[in-house]
Amino acid sequence: MSDVADTQLALLTDEEVEAIEYEISHLPMRRSAAIDALKIVQEQRGWISDPTLAAIARLLEMSTAELDGIATFYNLIFRQPVGDKVILFCDSVSCWVMDGDKVCARVKDKLGIEYGGTTADGRYTLLPVTCLGDCDHAPAMMIGKELHHDLTPDGVDELL
Amino acid sequence: MTDTMNLNADRPLTRNITPGSGVADLETFESTGGYTAVRDHVGKTEAADLLQVVMDSGLRGRGGAGFPTGMKWSFVPKDSGPGHRYLVANADEMEPGAFKDRLIMERDPHQLVEGMIVSAYIINADVGYIFIRGEYYEAAQRLRDAIAEAKAKGYLGTNIQGSGFSFDLHVHVSAGRYICGEETALINSLEGKRATPRAKPPFPQVSGLFGRPTIVNNVETLCNISHIVARGADWFQALGLGKDAGTKLYGVSGRVNNPGCWELPMGTTIREILEVHAGGMREGYSLKGFLPGGASTDFLVEEHLDLQMEYDTIAAAGSRMGTGTMIILDDKTCPVGMLCNLELFFARESCGFCTPCREGLPWVHGLLVNIENGNGRMEDIDLLNRQGRFIGAIGNTHCAHAPGAIEPLTSGLKYFREDFIEHIEKGACPYH
Repeated sequence: MSDVADTQLALLTDEEVEAIEYEISHLPMRRSAAIDALKIVQEQRGWISDPTLAAIARLLEMSTAELDGIATFYNLIFRQPVGDKVILFCDSVSCWVMDGDKVCARVKDKLGIEYGGTTADGRYTLLPVTCLGDCDHAPAMMIGKELHHDLTPDGVDELL
Repeated sequence: MTDTMNLNADRPLTRNITPGSGVADLETFESTGGYTAVRDHVGKTEAADLLQVVMDSGLRGRGGAGFPTGMKWSFVPKDSGPGHRYLVANADEMEPGAFKDRLIMERDPHQLVEGMIVSAYIINADVGYIFIRGEYYEAAQRLRDAIAEAKAKGYLGTNIQGSGFSFDLHVHVSAGRYICGEETALINSLEGKRATPRAKPPFPQVSGLFGRPTIVNNVETLCNISHIVARGADWFQALGLGKDAGTKLYGVSGRVNNPGCWELPMGTTIREILEVHAGGMREGYSLKGFLPGGASTDFLVEEHLDLQMEYDTIAAAGSRMGTGTMIILDDKTCPVGMLCNLELFFARESCGFCTPCREGLPWVHGLLVNIENGNGRMEDIDLLNRQGRFIGAIGNTHCAHAPGAIEPLTSGLKYFREDFIEHIEKGACPYH
């Protein structure tokens, strides 16, 4: 078993382990850093694969199944591969009132994907997201870490 | 310094925020009175006396529920034995239509840091977390920078300004889900678990994060604390125009001429916010109704425009002030379609623990979609009302997610009943 465990841990880089250990340092239990750890590793790899999940669980001294229950609860943790950039399109009410669904239809049309899909070239994954807190500039979406707002159907043609 | 402090004394929360201004650094923040409350009161004024000031100020929680902040704090036991006591800033701004906390965190991050230091001193917390939503990259970075600046200047960490009081502050970046804004779900999430709300009691003040005394407050609430402590309860009371004290970050989104967020005296009328600050409805559109404080508040309509935006007044009209950020429904937008959008959101964001919420909200959404698509039956209106009473009853679920989801539904059925009937009779949406 210990060989298996060592192999699992070796899947994480020294930098990832160091960043996770820093988060653990100000928490009373190792497992309390579960969400931080998933985010740290996902930041490097884009998503959390099964072997990666097992390695993080091992580092946090918790079961893989339990960590998976946590990982799948949160919509910003990806358990499947995603594109280079994830588009988070706000589908909440302020954007809807401002015809956000028409803008989103153009995004889907332009990229040839629905919510949950990834473009064939692997550049984009499109996901709906709860209100981005930019309602005075609705409709809004994020492309990767960048916020774009006051969107129009023609405007997104230029962005993507 | 007094002069600069007085310059924007009527809008303490946004004194460093003007159109086009960038992020206020430590120097800017201090030049307008920043960290005065820490220097003058932490370790120098008895915490119990400061708690009394907060209670006397009449400050009520700005996250939506409007619970008196001083009273909430007074439930923290004075002696809790060895171990940490926690203060958590709820920066998980995700209420649809709310965009106020982002403004402070991105433009004047030190204000939250100072508010937390003073608040922690009052409740004797030694560790703090800012629980911020994952999409607020910029705000999270600015808060981290502000914390580093404050630490370097001795405002944070061990023995703050030689006071003997120590406080460590960390930023926790969340991984999504609206339910994290519910305080016990937030606590579970901070512990690294699924964000499922807890049954109460025990209340977090007694047994919260890691089983220790914990206070969770909204960002805007915490930002008010340093001003209240520095200038006193009477000053804060005098800021409000009606029954409630202080200022409020009000916002308007929808088809208005000038959507935005403004710090105004608490108790400003809805009409002034909508017509003066938001510039009124856009040409070609008129007001049909509005959600006064986010997605989980009851619709109000034109007859309510002259009400003061304050907790009890809006509650008496059958809604809630919530976050104070209004969403406008115009006459060209379908209210049934709007409710489809709202209930899909609430159904998706249910944590799934309680049956009425997990099963009831998708059912409600399905009924609404049928009506919107022209496949509704007259009896569906009664069914929606009946479901609303069952799902929305306080006590049928652990938290307020399901009751919040029902607020726009039952009020929408009341104010826009004719629209529902027209959909059903025509067998189509009349707005398309």
